[in-house]
Amino acid sequence: MGLLDLFRKPTKSAGLAKERLRIIVAQERSNRSAPDYLPLLRREILEVIHRYVNINPDAVQINVGHEEGQDVFELSVSLPVKPPTAVQSLPRS
Amino acid sequence: MAEIIVVTSGKGGVGKTTTSASIASGLARRDKRVAVIDFDIGLRNLDLIMGCERRVVYDFVNVIQGDCTLKQALIKDKRLDNLHLLAASQTRDKDALTEEGVSRVLDELGASGFDYIICDSPAGIEKGAHLAMYFADQAVVVVNPEVSSVRDSDRILGLLASKTKRAKQGNGKVTEHLLLTRYNPLRVAKGEMLSVDDVQEILGLDVVGVIPESPEVLAASNAGVPVIMNNESDAALAYQDAVDRLLGEEKPMRFTEAPKRGMFARMFGG
Repeated sequence: MGLLDLFRKPTKSAGLAKERLRIIVAQERSNRSAPDYLPLLRREILEVIHRYVNINPDAVQINVGHEEGQDVFELSVSLPVKPPTAVQSLPRS
Repeated sequence: MAEIIVVTSGKGGVGKTTTSASIASGLARRDKRVAVIDFDIGLRNLDLIMGCERRVVYDFVNVIQGDCTLKQALIKDKRLDNLHLLAASQTRDKDALTEEGVSRVLDELGASGFDYIICDSPAGIEKGAHLAMYFADQAVVVVNPEVSSVRDSDRILGLLASKTKRAKQGNGKVTEHLLLTRYNPLRVAKGEMLSVDDVQEILGLDVVGVIPESPEVLAASNAGVPVIMNNESDAALAYQDAVDRLLGEEKPMRFTEAPKRGMFARMFGG
């Protein structure tokens, strides 16, 4: 460090690291407590809905939370704004 | 019964082996009977850090497979009489370690009068890492003040809370300790590095020790002497404090503040 460094803008990247870690750690901890069959369950629900309605994969949200001492399972499906069209032609997997 | 302490981290290269060697030596210096086991099958290194690589005849897998007795495989430390090492095997067979085999060796160590068994975990979350932590009573999670290391440590904390014998049998949880290594107080003061408080806050756990970044750590590994044995260095003193805290003593943190520098030094460097 020398005289010129006094004029250089300091790089305060630690705050950025802390903020990013806080978010990702919180997110991963909430996934950790969820049962491990959730991703598969989500995919199968998506497949079933997809047989009838053309929705995009993000439209199915599953959350497991704790409320007053019990686990609450929350499933939300947002349907497209357009009148849903039946998609009988979709191959059944 | 021996107290089993796993030294783990998830991420590689953060200082697990350095820490295992120093904690084991530190406890032995406090007159405890200590065995330290290298769980990194295929990548044996603890012997090198402890300076006994030329005395390895039998290893951990040999004992498990019954090729030799535990007594034959334990290597007595050349500096401390009550410290013994069980080296990792260099086999590439990933299934050489079994839960039953590890359990048998740990029981036998406990029965032969060891006070502490230090399990030096490999990086990652595969079988070796799983077995190193499975039987633990306490865990020292080694973390660098850096994003990937902190995130991996949190993952390991999750595994300690769910995949260990204590967690599964519900007889109390594994006691978790954080140990920060490669800490640079000057960079923390400049806002370039996560601070002790930041890491404690993110992981929700208190630190048992903060080891400052120090050239003595490399010098010690070059020489094959656990860094804690060098009484001159800050890193050694910080490890000694960490061992004291593991033994339940209260010690203030040292080497976590940047040294004060005068105006002259700040302007002209150094």
